[in-house]
Amino acid sequence: MIHRKPNSGAHVGAGASVSHIMRQVILALMPATAFGLWCFGWPALNLFVITVTSAVFFEAFCLRLSGRIAKPVIMDGSAVLTGWLLAMTLPPWAPWWIGVVGSGLAIILGKQVYGGLGQNLFNPAMLARVALLISFPVELTTWANVSPLFFSHSPGLVESWHITFFGLENLDASTGATTLGYIKTEFSQHHLLSESLKDYSGVLSFIGWTRGSLAETSTLLLGLGGVWLIRQGIIQWHIPVALLLTVTVLSGFFHSIDDQHYASPFLHLNSGAMMCVAFFIATDYVTSPNTKAGQLVFGAGCGLLIFVIRTWGAYPEGAAFAILLMNAATPLIDHYIHPRIYGRDRKGKPLEIPKS
Amino acid sequence: MLSFFSKQRIRGGVHAEEHKAATAALTIVTSFPLPKKLYIPLQQHVGKPAEPLIRVGDKVLKGQLLAYSQGMISAPVHAPSSGIVIDVNDYPAPHPSALPIRMIVLETDGKDEWIEAQAVADPFLLTPEDISLRVGAAGIVGLGGATFPTAVKLNMGRENHIDTLIINGSECEPYLSCDDRLMQERAGQIIDGVRLMLHGMDTENAVVAIEDNKPQAFLSMQAAALPYPLIKVIQIPTRYPMGWDRQLIRYVTGKEVPVGCRSSEIGVTIHNVGTAYAVHNALRHGQPLVSRVITVSGGAVARPMNVEVPLGTLISELFSFCQVDSELTARIIMGGPMMGDALPQTGLPTVKATSGVLALTQNELKSDQEQPCIRCASCVSVCPAGLRPLDMANNIRINQLDVAVDLGLKDCISCGCCSYICPSNIPLVQYFKYASGEVAARQQAQHKSEQTKRLIDARNARMERIAQQQREEELARIAAKAERERLKAEQEMAV
Repeated sequence: MIHRKPNSGAHVGAGASVSHIMRQVILALMPATAFGLWCFGWPALNLFVITVTSAVFFEAFCLRLSGRIAKPVIMDGSAVLTGWLLAMTLPPWAPWWIGVVGSGLAIILGKQVYGGLGQNLFNPAMLARVALLISFPVELTTWANVSPLFFSHSPGLVESWHITFFGLENLDASTGATTLGYIKTEFSQHHLLSESLKDYSGVLSFIGWTRGSLAETSTLLLGLGGVWLIRQGIIQWHIPVALLLTVTVLSGFFHSIDDQHYASPFLHLNSGAMMCVAFFIATDYVTSPNTKAGQLVFGAGCGLLIFVIRTWGAYPEGAAFAILLMNAATPLIDHYIHPRIYGRDRKGKPLEIPKS
Repeated sequence: MLSFFSKQRIRGGVHAEEHKAATAALTIVTSFPLPKKLYIPLQQHVGKPAEPLIRVGDKVLKGQLLAYSQGMISAPVHAPSSGIVIDVNDYPAPHPSALPIRMIVLETDGKDEWIEAQAVADPFLLTPEDISLRVGAAGIVGLGGATFPTAVKLNMGRENHIDTLIINGSECEPYLSCDDRLMQERAGQIIDGVRLMLHGMDTENAVVAIEDNKPQAFLSMQAAALPYPLIKVIQIPTRYPMGWDRQLIRYVTGKEVPVGCRSSEIGVTIHNVGTAYAVHNALRHGQPLVSRVITVSGGAVARPMNVEVPLGTLISELFSFCQVDSELTARIIMGGPMMGDALPQTGLPTVKATSGVLALTQNELKSDQEQPCIRCASCVSVCPAGLRPLDMANNIRINQLDVAVDLGLKDCISCGCCSYICPSNIPLVQYFKYASGEVAARQQAQHKSEQTKRLIDARNARMERIAQQQREEELARIAAKAERERLKAEQEMAV
C-alpha cells in the first residue's frame, strides 16, 4: 500500500532523530543528576543505576512479549530517559525495590500497555511516582540529609549497599523533611512562615544543597539544562514559561496578601520538583498539546494545579499530580485549540472574499 | 486576539540546507548538444492534453505547431528542433509510475532550423486580448512547476481587474538555481515579459519578490526594473515554502486567498520569472516555448550546472552531459528535493514543468527507517497551511480517511515541510497523497455504483412499462377477438 521508500518529498531531512532528541534531553539532565548523585552519595547512585537498568529491562521484556525485536527500540533511548526521570524524582536513599517497582509501573503500565512510545496518555515517570507515593508513603517521604561523596559523614560503599538493599537504620540521624514538607507540618502546629523558615537558605537551595529528590534539588542546574534544551530547539519555551509564570503570579498574589501563610514566589520556584517539572516533565512531547497556544494553556494549568496542591492539598510535593491531571486534559486541549487552516476561518469554513 | 493570529505574514516553513552554491555561480550553459531524438509529451500542462496535427513521417521546423490545445484549459505543443516525426505513441511519462502517455517522437536533423517567426514590431500596440491569444498560442504554461496555462491566467486577471501582479522569484526549493541564474543573466528580458503581462492583464502594478539568499539576482532585477516605477523589486525572507503562491500573496499583499477561490478573485495574480521570460520570447521574437533552463545538481553529479535544453530531451542525455555517476545515485528526483517526485529510471523526457533534475546520493537522502510518532508536533509548527499532519497520518494509518478529510487533507499542498522535519522519518506527504488518491477513487467508485443503480432502476422501470404495455395489448387483443367472435356469431344468427 504505502512504499517504504517514499516517492514523494521531502527527499531530504532536517537530520533530527528520536534517539538524537532523547540524547539531548539526557545531556541536559546530566549536570543536575551528577550534582544530585554527588550530594547524596553511593546509595543514590545505587538507586539510580537500579532504576534505569530495570526500566530498560522492562522495556525489552514487553517488546519480547509482543514479538518485536527489542534492540532497535531500546536504542531510541526513551526507556533510559523514562528510568532516568523517575530516578531523579525518587528520595535518594530509597530501597532498591522502589526503583524496580517504579520502573515496572512506568514502562509497563505507563507506556507499553498503551502500545509503546508515543501512545501513552500519561507521563510514565509521573504515573509511576504517583503510584509509588500512594502505595509506599513512608519510603517515598524519607528524605536523606545532604551527605556528599568523599566526606567523612557520608556512607561508604559497603554501608551504601546496606542502605539500598536492607533499608536505613537510625532514620532520624540521617534524614529529615524537605522545605515544603516542613512548612506544611509547621502549619499544622500553628507555626507561621517567618518562624518555620528561620533556617531556610535561599542560596543553598538554589544551588541544590538541600534535602529533596535524587536530582531535583538544584534549581540552578536544572534551569540551565532547560534553557539549553530550548536553545537547542528540542523543547519550546511555551510550557515552562507559562508554568513558572502562573506559579509566580499566583504565589506572588497570595504572598502579598498574607506573607505568613503563603510562601513567596521565590520559595515556590526554588523548591521541590518545580524546575524539573517545568523543563523536563511537562514538556514531554507525547503527553503535552501540539500547538503553541495549547501548550500555553497546558503550562498555565500545570502551574495552577501545582500551586493549589502545594498550598491547600495534602501533598506538599504536588507536581506529579498536577502533571497527570493536565495530561488527561491534553486530548481535550488539542481538540479545541488547533491552528487555523489557510484560507479558512477558525471553524473551517472558507473565508469570505474581501470587498474592495 | 484572533486578528493577531491571522495577520501573521509567514506561517510555518523550514530552512533547509540550500545546496545552491554548486550551480548558482555558474553561467547558464547553452551549448547542450542537440539530442538525436526528442520525446515530446502531449500533456505538459494542467488541463486537457493537446491533439496532434502532424503525421508520422512529416518534416517539421523548430517552433512549428505539433499539437493544438483543445478545450478551455489546455496548451499547444511545438517542435523543439527541426527534423522528422518518427512516432506518435505511448512512452513512459516523467512521473514516479513511469506509466505510458502519448508522446510525439522527433528525430532531429541537426540543423535546428527555425520556422519563420511571427514577431510583432511593438507588442504594446496589441490589444490585451491579443496578448493573451499569442501567449496561449506559444504554449506557455506556469514554469514554476504548476504548469497552469498562462493565457488562461492572463484572461482571469483581466476579467477580475486585478491590481497587483506578483512575479515569483523566490525559488525556495533547495538545490535549484535556474530562476536565480535567469534573473542574473536575463533580467532585462524578464522585466520586459512582466511589462507585457501587465499589458495583457490591462493593469499596472507588479511586485517581483526574490528571496534574500539571491542578492545578485535582486540587484540585476532591480537595475532592469529601474525605468519602470510601477514594477517593484523586493527581497523576501529565505524560508521554504516562500514560493507557495498563497504564502507569497499573503506576505506581499497581506491578503489571504479563501479556500476554493483563485487568487485573481482577490485582485492578485502570480506568475513565475521563467514564465515572464517565456512571454518576452513569444511576443518579441515570436518564439513559442520549446526550451527551458534546467538545474542539474546533487551529490552524484560531477558537473552540476544550469543548462538550457530543448523540451523532450531525455534525462539520460542530460545526465551523461553533466557526468552523473550512476553508481552513486541513490535517487533521481524531478523538481526540487522538497516537492519533487522520485523517478524510477532516466529514460524519461524533460517537460515544461522540469525546473531541475537531481541525482542524490544516499548520504543526502533522508533516512527511511520509520519510527513511531512521538507527537513532537514539529510537523504542526512547520505546516504553512495550518494543518495537523500527525493527526491526519494517524487516521490514515487506521484507514479513517473521512476523519483525515475533516482534519483538512484537501488543504494539504504537499510542500513536504512535515516529512522534512519529522524526527521519526514518517513519510507524511506520501500518506497524504495516498489518502487523497484513495478518497478520489472511493468517491468515483461510489459515484459509479450510484450511476449503475440509477441505470438499473431505469431499466427495471422500462421493463415494467413494456410488460405493462404488452399486458394491455394482450388484453386489447383478447377483447378484440371476443368482439370479433361476437359479431361473427351475430352475423351467423342473422343469416
